Amino acid sequence: MASRTFETAAGPRSEDALPASATSAVKIVIVGGFGVGKTTLVRSVSEIRPLTTEETMTQASTGVDDLAGVERKSMTTVAMDFGRISLNDELVLYLFGTPGQQRFWFLWNGLFDGALGAVVLVDTRRLEASFDVLGRLEESQTPFVVAVNAFDEAPSYTDGELREALDLTDEVPLMVCDARNRESSKGVLLALMQYLHSLAMTSEAT
Amino acid sequence: MTQVGEEWDEGGPERLYVLTGGRSGFDETGLDLVTLIVSRTPPQIGMQPEHESILRVCASPLSVVEISAHLKLPVSIVSVLLADLLAEERVEARAPAPALPDIDIIKAVIHGLQNL
Ligand SMILES: Nc1nc2c(ncn2[C@@H]2O[C@H](COP(=O)(O)OP(=O)(O)O)[C@@H](O)[C@H]2O)c(=O)[nH]1
Ligand SMILES: [Mg+2]
Repeated sequence: MASRTFETAAGPRSEDALPASATSAVKIVIVGGFGVGKTTLVRSVSEIRPLTTEETMTQASTGVDDLAGVERKSMTTVAMDFGRISLNDELVLYLFGTPGQQRFWFLWNGLFDGALGAVVLVDTRRLEASFDVLGRLEESQTPFVVAVNAFDEAPSYTDGELREALDLTDEVPLMVCDARNRESSKGVLLALMQYLHSLAMTSEAT
Repeated sequence: MTQVGEEWDEGGPERLYVLTGGRSGFDETGLDLVTLIVSRTPPQIGMQPEHESILRVCASPLSVVEISAHLKLPVSIVSVLLADLLAEERVEARAPAPALPDIDIIKAVIHGLQNL
């Protein structure tokens, strides 16, 4: 029987259980390159220890050195971390730390559908790592804010320099944060929500 | 589905194929990563162990993606397992909050974050 190999899941610790009254959930996506601080930010605000979900991607590839032209399959495991914040008795917020490469996003169908918005985390040592993500979010019309995670050794730029380098319009909120700091990370999420609030007010007024 | 050979690779794709009867889920199920799942019945003896685990961890509401993390199974597989349980009315699915812009939800999130 399949049960021989399935590790029976322990499930959440009792103190991590959501109340029975929890009726709906919303999500925010934290997106950025490897090592930019996504998991750190999620951890600093989440009420549960961040959890990981994995998908396996099968890629068919025909090797150039493969004389027979035989199709080979390689498998890659792609992981996504997430955390959770209970906002009140009914509403739960999930935070997803999503890999920056958009070619992985399809693995979690609907990840951005119905998301409140996104936080693009940026490391000023690797600004170019964000170009792809920013373009994608604009295309999909996902509202986002940009947060520079201030690593000690990283060069600092003025607001104007960053906006120009990242090709950001003036409306997009841009801020500096320390993903290790709870208040700072909370501030980033609040900035996104205030931005969404202003967008919603504008669209209601027209 | 119970006839499985001795040399069984636990994490391998073959196993996932057997688990889901060859279906691959998510799209068809209409479940979101953050759809909250709650058990309606306790686990029963003789159930497929994955189904049994889902019923157990969902004694209180749990999102699809948390089920995936706790069971160490991809969301795509969990969705198919959940489709079975939903069809048998063994679990209840609480759909995510409606699409934006919904000013009340935005305000609730702001308020919740400020109170952290
Ligand atoms: N100095 C500094 N280090 C940070 C900061 N945020 C994250 N780190 C470190 O950077 C490393 C990568 O962070 P992680 O959150 O795993 O990045 P991820 O790949 O985007 O999830 C970890 O060792 C963190 O401790 C920060 O704001 N300042
Ligand atoms: Mg990470």
